[in-house]
Amino acid sequence: MVEQSIGRSVLRKEDMRFITGNGRYTDDINLRGQTYGYFVRSPYAHAVVGEVDALAAQTMPGVIAVLTGKQVAEDELGSLPCGWMIHSKDGSEMKHPPHPVMAATKVNYVGEPVALVVAESFAEAKNAAELVSVDYEELNAVVSASDAQSSPDIYEEAPRNTCYEWELGEKDATEAAIKGAAHVTRYTLTNNRLIPNALEPRAAIADFNRGTEELTLYTTSQNPHLARLILTAFVQLAPEHKLRIIAPDVGGGFGSKIFVYSEETALAWASMKLGVAIKWTAERAESFLADAHGRDHVSEAELAMDEEGNFLALRVKTTANMGAYLSTFASAVPTYLYGTLLAGQYKTPNIYVEVDSVFTNTAPVDAYRGAGRPEATFLVERIVELAAKELGIDPAELRRKNMIKPEDFPYQTPVALEYDIGDYEASLNKALKMADYAGFANRKADSQANGKLRGIGFSCYIEACGLAPSALAGSLGAGVGLWESGEVRVNPTGSVTVLTGTHSHGQGHETTFAQLVASRFGISVDDVEVVHGDTGKMDFGLGTYGSRSLSVGGSALAVAADKVIEKGRRIAAHLLEGEVDNINFEDGEFRLKESNRSKTFQEIAFAAYVPHDYPIEELEPGLAEKAFYDPVNFTYPAGTHICEVEIDPETGVTEITKFTAVDDFGNIINPMIVEGQVHGGIAQGVGQAMLEQCVYDESGQLQTGSYMDYCMPRADDLPNFTVGMTTTVCTHNPVGAKGCGEAGAIGSPPAIINAITDAIGVRDISMPATPEKIWRAVQEVKT
Amino acid sequence: MYDFNYHKAGSIDEAIQLFQGAEDGIYLAGGHSLLPSMKQRLAAPTDVIDLAGIEGLSGIEYAGADLEIGSLTAHDEVATSPVVQSVIPALAELASKIGDAQVRNRGTIGGSIANSDPAADYPAGVLGLGAEIVTNKRSIAADDFFTAMFETALEEGELLTKIRFPKPEAAAYVKFPNPASRYATVGVFIARTGAGVRVAITGAAPSVFRSAEMEEALTRDFSVAAIEGIGLDADEMNSDLHATAEYRAHLCTVMAKRAVIKLLG
Repeated sequence: MVEQSIGRSVLRKEDMRFITGNGRYTDDINLRGQTYGYFVRSPYAHAVVGEVDALAAQTMPGVIAVLTGKQVAEDELGSLPCGWMIHSKDGSEMKHPPHPVMAATKVNYVGEPVALVVAESFAEAKNAAELVSVDYEELNAVVSASDAQSSPDIYEEAPRNTCYEWELGEKDATEAAIKGAAHVTRYTLTNNRLIPNALEPRAAIADFNRGTEELTLYTTSQNPHLARLILTAFVQLAPEHKLRIIAPDVGGGFGSKIFVYSEETALAWASMKLGVAIKWTAERAESFLADAHGRDHVSEAELAMDEEGNFLALRVKTTANMGAYLSTFASAVPTYLYGTLLAGQYKTPNIYVEVDSVFTNTAPVDAYRGAGRPEATFLVERIVELAAKELGIDPAELRRKNMIKPEDFPYQTPVALEYDIGDYEASLNKALKMADYAGFANRKADSQANGKLRGIGFSCYIEACGLAPSALAGSLGAGVGLWESGEVRVNPTGSVTVLTGTHSHGQGHETTFAQLVASRFGISVDDVEVVHGDTGKMDFGLGTYGSRSLSVGGSALAVAADKVIEKGRRIAAHLLEGEVDNINFEDGEFRLKESNRSKTFQEIAFAAYVPHDYPIEELEPGLAEKAFYDPVNFTYPAGTHICEVEIDPETGVTEITKFTAVDDFGNIINPMIVEGQVHGGIAQGVGQAMLEQCVYDESGQLQTGSYMDYCMPRADDLPNFTVGMTTTVCTHNPVGAKGCGEAGAIGSPPAIINAITDAIGVRDISMPATPEKIWRAVQEVKT
Repeated sequence: MYDFNYHKAGSIDEAIQLFQGAEDGIYLAGGHSLLPSMKQRLAAPTDVIDLAGIEGLSGIEYAGADLEIGSLTAHDEVATSPVVQSVIPALAELASKIGDAQVRNRGTIGGSIANSDPAADYPAGVLGLGAEIVTNKRSIAADDFFTAMFETALEEGELLTKIRFPKPEAAAYVKFPNPASRYATVGVFIARTGAGVRVAITGAAPSVFRSAEMEEALTRDFSVAAIEGIGLDADEMNSDLHATAEYRAHLCTVMAKRAVIKLLG
């Protein structure tokens, strides 16, 4: 018998190739005769584009062509779309100014592509690009979200630079509850803008075959089918059946590789136009300028309570920076992934949120690990902390008091979501114990004796993963379905090839999905191969984002695997000369009840493909099944993070002395992979809370365009994490899993800021809490 | 990176000849400042003259008087040298904190000093210890060497061959690293010598400098209390995304105090 693999920390199947340099990333692929593309980018944040003089560049050695935004316009390529229609309070549709593949008449952010130079070598393309001369007439730039609505319009069709003014919840009831409340805590905050920084920069090779008229685009995508759909239906580049998108190994994405960008699209178009294969790999400076950024909210919030600290109402007003154009899912992030999460883990009866999304002359902003949920969690968990301090209640106890209790599920929040299950207090209790909250006072006294400041901070987060169901999302404006496909192909010898519409950019799907399927069949994990990332191989799929891969994609595979077992039972019934109802499948064997007769999984597979003794009249040969799985609800991972810090008051340098995360992700397939996801998420949360800040100057020039100035978290910035789990099983998917990819980045920032403000004894400190900011806060408290 | 001519010099004389024959030549030591700026097209020399093949430019010597370190000696070699660790341990420690392992394996002391990056660590050690910078034609006192941001007393084509460090009675280096780049936001090197205390500060201002005020105070009374009240002029300090001038001025005093504590250790 093969050992059951679910729940075991099986080592990742893909790691051997990754750590021995045998991964195959887009940049590792080289096609015979390929040429190289290099983009001419706008040096201005906002300017009218005049004459583009490419003559000198075109005569440079090796140059094949210089293609401009004007040619894109002449070829009538469609605008890059945004896939989620948001309606404003007044019912009007969001403003969606065209997002050209390359700018023809106006540039709207620094780094926006204006022309593409194609040459025989990378160096020739880059050298020639320097000679492309573009006449710009510079215009005033709008940079910050807070200034946008009072600045001159970037687009005629978007007055006050406003994309939409959205609302959710009951306004009147919320306002009335705030008015009559015994206590109201008020908080104004900024959620800092971040740059994703995947280890592998974006890259692509577009290869148009003149003979078959098929275009193959190798690219760093989290969701190749979606890219194909957009390039076909919206950009109208090529018919869907003539377009193949291959996303081989992908080295990190964090959301930034969901989107369909200018560069990959321009490359595909140029390859068709020129009939050559063209390769482009972003230099790191290009990634900083032109990958979609994350977060960038400015908010005001009010939390109303009664005398005992019971939450009565939460009112939130947020301005969200969309950047210069609406990226692929930008509009959904500060609305349905943000406003809907403002209930947090609490029974706040009245919630009302307004979100104004605005255009600025900065890079487009879209989903980045957590996407809306970190912003919601930060706001809720900070204002709850402030409320606890104002009321003089222990912050853990104020949270406990207001939590949704296990008996309250399913729980309908006032902001649209219905939580299916959870036990928030269980996570809080476990985290308090693991963090040794009881011993904190002693540790604080010890720090004090050493001239240090010690603080502790909590965050009881909830998030929503596996965005669903399709029909509901569609009614809210989503332009795509939210199901996932899976195919389980049993080979004649009984090994299994699994095809999934999700994609891995480092999460370990090749292992997790193999464990999932192997355990259902009672076979070894080594006998299951997972295939993904190629529109030419698998059915249409929606890809990987929003921690959906296991709960949605894994569920599709579970359903397909169960179909295989059902068919296997029918084959077994024939071979064992029994009734189908009397065939049990267990531990890799089909067994006839009340007999000693059985067939192994492998024997049944062989019989299906070599149907010599087979019920051929009632059953097709072969053993491969598909499923398209559309979830009935989101999943709701939740947990408690507790951060403890020690601050050197003389310099502001802050050490995270302990970070405890207790999460409820439902059923867990591979604990090691899940723990790794938690570690990575917290690392990015520490980055947001303490280190990372995208800075544009007033003219829209990016000031943090390299690692000299943009501070990524490194190993020595992080403590050893203390990670624990509690489990309530997701009620509505066949895996019982909830999703773990983003929780760390969602839960951790408020815990860190709560700890730092607790240590200093200040009300607030903005992210990133740098040593200088902390030092200044310490000075203020002193005086 | 633009195209350039690569030369590998076999001797100091050949290197100088190659330099003189070049339109816009530059010496290549460890290359860890030069190559990134060439890759980013911020530097575009016509000729790069690699010094790695010249014998005698690398190595550490101590015969009981001064500690001599060849200009091509890698940071890691200085950091891990038992000689440096016993003669001037503060210098070994300084070298151990430069960049990361890759940088320390390739970057050289001569390259760092000749580049005179305002946030580099070595200039603090060289100035703090009152070293002599030896070139193919002369010896320059550290006090005269660092003239401005990315500028030194080296003449066009002059080749730095070694650095001669007098052995101090004791020394210490304390650095506040920039969280992003890990260069020094402020680095303070303090040396007690027969001729008094020397305090050199890097990272804080456009070029490494000595604080006369701190030196006098510490020469009089080598204690934390002696410099606690000294506030350097923020108007003289750098200000950037990571640290304002005021914060840097504050850090100068804090790092100096910590260096004193380390020395009294």
